[in-house]
Amino acid sequence: MTDVSPRTDERVKQKEPRKVFSQATNWGPGFLTKLILMAAVNALGLYVLVNAYTAGSWVVFGGMALILVAVDYVYFSKKTLALKYLTPGLVFLLVFQIFVILYTGYVALTNYGAGHMVNKSQAIDAILMQNTRRVEGTAQYPLAVVRNGSDLGFAIIENDEVFVGTADQPLEAVDGATIDGTRIAEVPGWEILSMGEVTENQTDVLALRVPISDDYEADGAIGTQTGTTGFVFRSVLTYDDSSDALTNEETGTVYTANGSTGQFESADGETLNPGWRVFVGLDNFKDAFGDGRYAGPFVKVLVWTFAFAFLSVATTFLLGMVLAMTMNDERMRGRKFYRTIMLMPYAFPAFMTAFLFAGLLNTKYGFFNEVLFGGAAIPWLQDPWLAKLSVLFVNLWMGFPYMFLICTGALQSIPSDMNEAARIDGANGFKVWRYITMPQLMIQVTPLLISSFAFNFNNFNLIYMLTNGGPRFEDSSVPVGSTDILISMVYQISGLSGEASRNFGLASAMSIIIFIIVGAVSAYSFKRSRSMEGAQ
Amino acid sequence: MAFGRWFKEIGFRHVIGVIAVIYSVFPILFIISAAFDPRTGLTLSNDLFSQFSLENFTSLFNDTMFWRWFANTLEIGIFSALGTVLMGAAAAYAFSRYRFSGRKQGLLVLMVVQMFPQLLAFVAVFLLLMTLGDVVPALGLNSKMALICVYWGGALGANTFLMYGTFNSIPLELDEAAKLDGASHSQIYWTIILPLVTPILAVVGLLAFIGAFNDFVLANTVLSGRANWTLAIGMNQWVGGNERSWEWFAPGALIAAVPILLVFLFLQRYIVAGLTGGSVKG
Repeated sequence: MTDVSPRTDERVKQKEPRKVFSQATNWGPGFLTKLILMAAVNALGLYVLVNAYTAGSWVVFGGMALILVAVDYVYFSKKTLALKYLTPGLVFLLVFQIFVILYTGYVALTNYGAGHMVNKSQAIDAILMQNTRRVEGTAQYPLAVVRNGSDLGFAIIENDEVFVGTADQPLEAVDGATIDGTRIAEVPGWEILSMGEVTENQTDVLALRVPISDDYEADGAIGTQTGTTGFVFRSVLTYDDSSDALTNEETGTVYTANGSTGQFESADGETLNPGWRVFVGLDNFKDAFGDGRYAGPFVKVLVWTFAFAFLSVATTFLLGMVLAMTMNDERMRGRKFYRTIMLMPYAFPAFMTAFLFAGLLNTKYGFFNEVLFGGAAIPWLQDPWLAKLSVLFVNLWMGFPYMFLICTGALQSIPSDMNEAARIDGANGFKVWRYITMPQLMIQVTPLLISSFAFNFNNFNLIYMLTNGGPRFEDSSVPVGSTDILISMVYQISGLSGEASRNFGLASAMSIIIFIIVGAVSAYSFKRSRSMEGAQ
Repeated sequence: MAFGRWFKEIGFRHVIGVIAVIYSVFPILFIISAAFDPRTGLTLSNDLFSQFSLENFTSLFNDTMFWRWFANTLEIGIFSALGTVLMGAAAAYAFSRYRFSGRKQGLLVLMVVQMFPQLLAFVAVFLLLMTLGDVVPALGLNSKMALICVYWGGALGANTFLMYGTFNSIPLELDEAAKLDGASHSQIYWTIILPLVTPILAVVGLLAFIGAFNDFVLANTVLSGRANWTLAIGMNQWVGGNERSWEWFAPGALIAAVPILLVFLFLQRYIVAGLTGGSVKG
C-alpha cells in the first residue's frame, strides 16, 4: 500500500501530450465497444429516471441522475483513467453496501416495523379507509370485481358509462367497455372475476374500498357487500389538518397524533392502527439492553456468540494444526491422498452440512443415537448444553480443513534448519514444538485466526440450519434460543423469518451493535497483522 | 528400518491420517448411501449401502422444483461470480497500477467497508429493494437480478485486497514494454495482465460462487416466490422446518455438491494460496 513507484507518475505525465493514444480520439473497435456499452447504460439509466419520475420516487431519481452523470463523465473524460477501472464496482459498492449500511443506521433510530410500516399521510389514508360505514340512502351501482395482475379493483356503471378503480387509484371512466343489460361484460385491460372467484377472494373483496375521487374524505368510496352491487361508503373518522387529529363522528372521540410514538391516540389511551414511522432516537438500543423482553435473551446470546466464535476457532485450529503437523513429514507416503480427502468437508456446501448433521443427530432415528450409541435417545439438539456441544462439533467438521490448509502452508515455510539446530542443542520433540514451531506458526496464522473469529461470529447458516437457534428459551417472548448467535437472533427479531412480528428498528439496532463488535475485532486484526509484518 | 521405529516416526501418522479420513468422509458417504436408499422416507436409514434404488431421484425430479432451484442457484452464482471477478480485478488493477489523488484514502475506505459484513444489513436491503421495485420491478423484491446486484455490492470490499497483492507482484516492466510496443491501456489490461493473474481470478470467482450458493439470509430476504428460490431456501423448506423430506434432500444434496467438490479438487492448489491470503470459511 505504499507508493513505491515514482516511475508511474513520470510515465503518466509524459504521455499526456501524445494524443495518439488517447481513447477519446481513437476510433478503433475498443472505442466503438465503449460507445455501445455506454449507450446501453444511458438507455437503462433514462428508463429508471422516467419510471422514478412517474412514481414520484425522488430519492431514486436523484441517486440515478447522479450515478448517470458521474458514469458518463468518467468514461468520456480523458482525465479519469483510474476511475474507468473503479467505477463499475464503486457504483454497486455505494448503493448496495455503503448505502444499506448507513440506511441500517437510520432504520435503527426509527420505530420501523409491524404497525409502523408507512409514512404519516399513508397511515391517515389507511385509517380512514379501514373505518368506513355504508352511507344510507345514496345511489347503488351495478358492480363487477376486476383484477389486473394481483391488483383487485371494482368496475361500476354510472349513466351507461363504465368506471374502474382500485384501492390506490380513484374511479376513472374507461373506453371500450361493454355493458350487457345491467351487467359489465368486458373491461379492456382488466379481467372480470366470476362469482366463484369473488367467493374465493371474499375477505379482500369485502375489505376493498375504491375512492370515488381524489378527495376521498369528501366524496367517499365504493364498497360492496355482495360482489354485484356497489354502495357509497364513507369514513366514520374525519381528519383535521389544523389540530392534526382524527375525530370519530359517531362517538365523538378525538384521536390526536402522537409524534413520539407515531400513532393516533385518544384521551383514554386508545390507539388507531396502523401507525407511522417516527424517529425514536436511541430507544431501540435501550430496548436491546434494557427492555425485559429483549435484554435477558440478548445478554445470553451475546455471551454464547463470543463463546461460540472463540471455541470454534480454538477447536478447529487445534485439530487442523495437529493434522498438519502429522502430515508434514516428507518421508510419509500418500500425503496428497490424505490431504485431498480432508479437504472434502470444506468443499461440501455449508448449509447442506448443517442439514445433514441435523439428521444424523436426530434423537429418535439419527445415526449417532441409533448406531454409535446403540439406540440411546440422547437429545443432541434439544438439550441446551448438548445442542451447544453439537453446534461446536459440527463446526469442527466443517472448519478443520481450512485450519489444516493454512497450518500446512505455514509449516512448510518454516525453515527446517531451525528445528535441526534445536535438536542438536538437545531439545526434545515437545520442546521444539513449544519454542520453535509454535511461535513461528502463530506469527503467520494469527491474522487468519482473527478473521476466522469474525466469520464465526456471524456464522448464520450453521446455527439456523442445524438447530434453528433452539432449544427455545422458555421464559422469553421472542423466538430466541440457547444456540442462537447474534446474527440469527437479529434475523428472528426482524420478522423476516416469519416467526415473529416485524421489528425492523430493533433488528437494525442490533445489527449496528454487531457491526461495531465485528469492526473492532477486524480493526484489531488489521493492526495486529500490520505490526507483525514490521516484526518479521 | 525396524517396524517399531518406523511406526514411531512414520506409521503413527498413517493411523491418524486414516482416522481423519474416516472422520472427513463419513457424512459424505452417509448422504450417498441415503440418496440411493428407497427407505429414506421420514427417517434417514442407518445401515449404509444395504439397498440400492433410484426411487428417491425419480421422486426428486418429478415431485419437486429441484431443477428449477438448482438452475436459479447456478444462474445467481455464476453471474455473481463473473461480476465480482470483473469489478474486483479492475479495481485491484487501478489501485496497483495508477497513482491518482484519493488512492490511499480509497484503499482505506475499502479496508473499513470490508469490516462491515453486508449480510448484517439485510433489513436495509429488503427496504431498499422494496423502494426500487416500485420504480423498476426488475430491481425489486423477488427478482434474481436484484439479488445478483446485491452480491455485486460486495465485490470490491471483499476481494480488492486479495487481488491487489497479486497485481502488485506482477512487474511494472511488463506494462512498460507493452506500452513501448504500442499497446493501449485496455489491451495491456485484458491481454497481458489478466492472463497472468488467472489463478487468483479463479479463486475469487469460486469463492463468490460458493458465497452465493451458501447464502440464505439475503437470498431468502429478496426471493419470495417459490419459482425464484435457490437451493438453500428450497432445501430449508424440506428439512429445516417440521416437514422432513429426507428422500428429497439426500439425492438433491448429492447432485448439488458434486460440481462444487469437483471444482474444488481441480483448483485445489490455487484455492490453498487464495485462502491463506485471507478469505475464510469455518
